[in-house]
Amino acid sequence: MIRAKRSDIWMKGLQAGILAIAVCFSLGATDASSRYNNLNHRLMCTCGCAEILGECNHVGCPNSTGELKELSAGIESGQSDQQILDSFVVKYGAVVLAAPTGHGFDMVAWIAPFAVFGAALLGTILLVRRWSVGRTAAVAVDLDTLDPAERERREQIRRDTGGGQ
Amino acid sequence: MIENSHVGEVSCSPLRARIILESSFMAAFGTIALLIAFALAAYNLLAGILALRWIATGQPAPISPERLADTARRAGIAGFLAVTAAAFALVWSVFTNDFSITYIMEHSNRALPGAYKFSALWSGQEGSLLLWAWLLAVYGFVLRLTHKTDVKLYAYAGTILAGVQVFFLAVLCFAAPPFALYQGVTPDDGNGLNPLLQYPEMVIHPPMLYLGYVGFCIPFCFALGALMMRYPGEKWIKVTRVWTMVTWLFLTAGIFLGMHWAYAVLGWGGYWGWDPVENASFMPWLTGTAFLHSVMMQEKRGMMKSWNVWLIFSTFLLTLLGTLLTRAGLVSSVHAFAQSSIGTWFVVFMAIVLAVCIFTYVLNRSHLKTEHHLESLVSRESSFLFNNLVLLVACFVILWGTLFPVISEYVVGNKVTVGAPFYNRVAVPIGIFLLLLTGVGPLLPWRAASFKSIRRNFVLPVIAFWVTVIVVLAVGDRPWKDGSLDQGNFYALVAFAVSAAVMTAILSEFLRGAQVISRQTGRNLFAGLWLLTRRNTRRYGGYIIHIGVVIVVIGLAGSAFNRNIESELALHDKMNIGPYTLECVGFSQDSNLNYNSEFALLDVYSGGKKAFQMTPEKRVYLITGQPQTMVAIHSVPSWDLYVVYEGTNPDSGQPIIKAYLNPLVGWIWAGLVVLVFGTLLALVPSLSPATASLRVPVRTGPSEPAPKGGHL
Repeated sequence: MIRAKRSDIWMKGLQAGILAIAVCFSLGATDASSRYNNLNHRLMCTCGCAEILGECNHVGCPNSTGELKELSAGIESGQSDQQILDSFVVKYGAVVLAAPTGHGFDMVAWIAPFAVFGAALLGTILLVRRWSVGRTAAVAVDLDTLDPAERERREQIRRDTGGGQ
Repeated sequence: MIENSHVGEVSCSPLRARIILESSFMAAFGTIALLIAFALAAYNLLAGILALRWIATGQPAPISPERLADTARRAGIAGFLAVTAAAFALVWSVFTNDFSITYIMEHSNRALPGAYKFSALWSGQEGSLLLWAWLLAVYGFVLRLTHKTDVKLYAYAGTILAGVQVFFLAVLCFAAPPFALYQGVTPDDGNGLNPLLQYPEMVIHPPMLYLGYVGFCIPFCFALGALMMRYPGEKWIKVTRVWTMVTWLFLTAGIFLGMHWAYAVLGWGGYWGWDPVENASFMPWLTGTAFLHSVMMQEKRGMMKSWNVWLIFSTFLLTLLGTLLTRAGLVSSVHAFAQSSIGTWFVVFMAIVLAVCIFTYVLNRSHLKTEHHLESLVSRESSFLFNNLVLLVACFVILWGTLFPVISEYVVGNKVTVGAPFYNRVAVPIGIFLLLLTGVGPLLPWRAASFKSIRRNFVLPVIAFWVTVIVVLAVGDRPWKDGSLDQGNFYALVAFAVSAAVMTAILSEFLRGAQVISRQTGRNLFAGLWLLTRRNTRRYGGYIIHIGVVIVVIGLAGSAFNRNIESELALHDKMNIGPYTLECVGFSQDSNLNYNSEFALLDVYSGGKKAFQMTPEKRVYLITGQPQTMVAIHSVPSWDLYVVYEGTNPDSGQPIIKAYLNPLVGWIWAGLVVLVFGTLLALVPSLSPATASLRVPVRTGPSEPAPKGGHL
């Protein structure tokens, strides 16, 4: 009963923590200059230089100046971030976005790394736990049946392997 | 064809005629040398396979298998001489301006300075493949000369290496010949070298990177050879340890030199853009790093044998994939200076390598059974396992991000960009977790740790973590501003705090060990520290490498606070950034045979006093007409003042200056120096117990302290 209560408190604490982090990450930038900076780092220059729009530094670049002007105009006209990004995609294609979107097949790009990481982490933990449980039992049996010389030899190995990497 | 290429030069002087004759001779000489090298590598491969097969099966052979194997080895040595001759021919041709050779015509010109003529050798497809083949031959030469270390294992490794050489020499002879002659009238001058490559680091960055790429072939050959012959014990790992570490060092140095080149030449204020080709060099580094850690598990506990074999197989395959990405134009990249159709060759070769690896593994996997299992989730072994896991996940993330545009186009017919925002969100948290493991691992003992020991070992790092968080928040880095979270600042805060914790953990390990030695010998703490390190150079060299990584991470975290300003500056106009005021005191122009340049003279004031002068420059290369920025950088430990001359405003005629204040960038390069030092130290043999006892009058106790708090 007490254990169940404790687990409940932990779960609620964890949920609150995740919610707090999610809220923090979901809050957007507030002023126009930070919006401009944020958005120009979510777009690519389309001249073929493969640079983020906000970092394209070619003097006389045929595209970046125009794109930046379009971005400023979008912000001034009161469009939302998504509307601005959508208008860029319509005009230049999906390659103008610096990262995949969170919709459709693009979602796979975001999910796969975390799914692989989670699966690998879980698999490793389960594997180590399985090994360690089996090993502990085996060692317990072994130690009881060992003669003193063998026990001393094992202790020597333990000391030797304990010192270095 | 040779005559045709010089039809426009009938009336040349006897001297000119002699030069043309010599030039044509060098092209023929280089081509023949490559063909001979190919034949020798093929003989090495076939004779090696036959000899090893006869030795393994004991079948009656028409000649002595040992003698045949030795002729194969000698063919490999002779192959080195042949590839060296071909490389010499190309060097000679570039220095004598032999524009009858297409490659020289496309990548060099008469006015190109000597050092850059060398770099012309790897600025294009054929030259860089020749460099690859030559480095492979150099490594092979050393391997074959040192065969007496273990004749049979080296024979296997040498034969597998010959297989790799056959592939590269076949590509050079039949798909991308570096000595192909120019069709038509030989031009008087060449097209010149890409301006981006005309920078001192470009003379050493690619060879370093290639030494790393090519070098991983050697541990691969030993691993595959050891598996084929069901080699007993872990000797192959001991044999390849130096090879792997040296290779890893070259790759690390190559990657950092590339970062510095990007920082100093591209003029965008950054050093890593997550470009596919940058990623291609980073992936084998990650798996190579994982291998360097996990082999310790095999050496110490006889564990992870299959894992290690596959790690080194993957590392080698990733070096090939990197070359494929660079050469085949599979993905869009700013490194698009060397693309062609040889991608198919690489895909086929990678498929063959993978098939051989899988076949050998399936056939002999019973030989790789582990001798021990993990005993506890909280142990040194576990930390190595998690370290490997995170390194491989990081590698997967980068591979996934690099290939996703291709996958997306294939699946939904829609090409997308996967740029820095993706990696910043996905790879940065993984990197910070990896950094955390760097500090946690050394604090855990082998086999298992008690809760008491964990608490004791982790007190100081945890205190360091929270003190850093408080200090950083106090000095003004607030991840939450105006009710929103600044992701960059947040990651920087976490990176600083974890770095402090890891640094504390490592330094406390050094200090504790030095104190024990100091007590034993009666010497001071520094002498104790020195002796401690000498007694186990591998372990403490590794810790120094970790310190280097921490310093690098601190430098990388500084990028969250970058700022910049751009302005048109007329004479005596000023601009302010951070503590500096930049005043324009003049503009000038210069020219030489290679380029014309414009530059600004800027006096920089700090605290109201003139501190130094900077001269950002813009060059226009005469032969190509391509512009190139030469950034002016003033570096101090706290930041870099980074000034770019962007050109002139076509409307006003005024020069445009862009200034960046990039905090902590110098730490990245300083971290590399520490990292290189640590690696070199780890390569130095430790003092043997006998030597150590002669040098130090040990009073009592063990020769080296065991990890604090371990139950061992």
